[in-house]
Amino acid sequence: MNAIVPRETLITLSNAGVSRGGRTLVSGVDLTIARGEIVTLIGPNGSGKSTTAKLATGVLKPTTGTVTRQPGLRIGYVPQKLSIDWTLPLTVERLMTLTGRHAPADIDAALEAVGAARLRKAAVQELSGGEFQRVLFARAMIRKPDLLVLDEPVQGVDFSGEVALYELVRQIRDTTRSGILMISHDLHVVMAETDTVICLNGHVCCRGTPSAVKRSPEYLKLFGERAAHTLAIYEHHHDHEHHDDGCVVAEGHAHGHTHEHEGTQSWALSFWRGQIPPPERR
Amino acid sequence: MFGDYFSRALIAGIGLALVAGPLGCFVVWRRMAYFGDTMAHSALLGVALSIILSMNMTLGVFAVAALVAGALIVLQKQATLSTDALLGILSHSTLAVGLVLVGFLTTVRIDLMGFLFGDILAVSVEDIVIIYGGGVAILAILILAWRPLLASTVSPELAEAEGLRPETSRLVLMILMASVIAIAMKLVGVLLITSLLIIPAATARRLSATPEMMAAVAAVLGAIAVVGGLFGSRTWDTASGPSIVVMALVIFLVSLTVPVSRLFGRRVPHGT
Repeated sequence: MNAIVPRETLITLSNAGVSRGGRTLVSGVDLTIARGEIVTLIGPNGSGKSTTAKLATGVLKPTTGTVTRQPGLRIGYVPQKLSIDWTLPLTVERLMTLTGRHAPADIDAALEAVGAARLRKAAVQELSGGEFQRVLFARAMIRKPDLLVLDEPVQGVDFSGEVALYELVRQIRDTTRSGILMISHDLHVVMAETDTVICLNGHVCCRGTPSAVKRSPEYLKLFGERAAHTLAIYEHHHDHEHHDDGCVVAEGHAHGHTHEHEGTQSWALSFWRGQIPPPERR
Repeated sequence: MFGDYFSRALIAGIGLALVAGPLGCFVVWRRMAYFGDTMAHSALLGVALSIILSMNMTLGVFAVAALVAGALIVLQKQATLSTDALLGILSHSTLAVGLVLVGFLTTVRIDLMGFLFGDILAVSVEDIVIIYGGGVAILAILILAWRPLLASTVSPELAEAEGLRPETSRLVLMILMASVIAIAMKLVGVLLITSLLIIPAATARRLSATPEMMAAVAAVLGAIAVVGGLFGSRTWDTASGPSIVVMALVIFLVSLTVPVSRLFGRRVPHGT
């Protein structure tokens, strides 16, 4: 579906860093996110993932280096966790227009896309964890963001849910051509379609495709030998080639190219939408 | 219509309730009840200072309440004592300093009870002008800043990532609260102001499905409490400010018995 699309850089961080009160939170980060590209930040707690994401979104200003954002860049944000107090009456419908106005038809379409259309009138406090997460996705997507920031999107989601969620992220990337920035401290699954994994620990330890990072000595040093075995790369099998800008991809794409899994995407999405029960563990 | 003191009290009280209801929703949502109390208690210090400096009392109260809010933000950033403890210190020390200063004022006689519990029956036409002028300004700002205020109430992090400014929203909210306290002090007194912010809003929660609806319902309920409280105080010859608060409480208690909590926001059953 993707013809050759010229690479359109949304955000560039060059040698960016933040110090506060004499303490360096993160330093020397080089990073670009282009349209249609998925970048994943991994690293232990306190390694500067959030700070780097905040530099990218413009919430924080760099104290060293530079951050360049495409003018008028629209950001959609899916927070790590969000608890809404009972005292605040909020329906799903109202949550959709939290940070901007949207037409009712757009709200319907966004909820429909994540299979949450029937929840439109529900109070957010009554949603299950999975339903709420889908609604938060829809809320971020309705903004038609140039850049979608996902903060720990699979936290507390079981394996099947994770697979389905990554399918959705991939679909979003393919259909909207948003750039996607994911933050994860949970290393056990990294989406294979991630174009670049950036491993942080106050600075950039290593970077590359998921499979390259998995084998890099810096990664092993930071997370230990055991982590290499638990870093499972979720591979999506698909039948078409994506853009290949060759920016940092040293190892070639990690995903296979088979034709046998055409049903994967619809199964996963249906599962994530809660329309079919989870399958047996494969 | 401003002829007798009772109509003036009704008009002033309704005006205040219409502003306090919507603003009170934010106090409830953001768990700022104690914070509101602290700002209100500092109002007495504002009264004392404005007499000493012979300045406008409403402005003096506003300035002190805003300063206390600012001091709290600064102290919170130091992060040595918990917010709870800081509020306790500020709340009672500003009240105490205010009381001590008032005691030093030998040249003016001050109706201390009037400041502590309000004297809504003594409002002048000028007070009404201040209440409605200030009230319209407060509501206008609240409406203009509604979306960012609400978004940063739900999640400051999310609001910030999507280009809003939660710190500014917080500041706006504090200034609005200081303003309401300044105009409310004469009516219900420093000790009862927060009740007009919180009780109608808390009552409105069970009757509302959206934040906007809750704000409107809180305004209406507050106005009903004012009217009911004032008529009650005339009938039974009770103190007017406390009577209004008692009326608000009665409405709250009645609302608890009404089984409406699940009327709104009920989820659509599966399969539709």
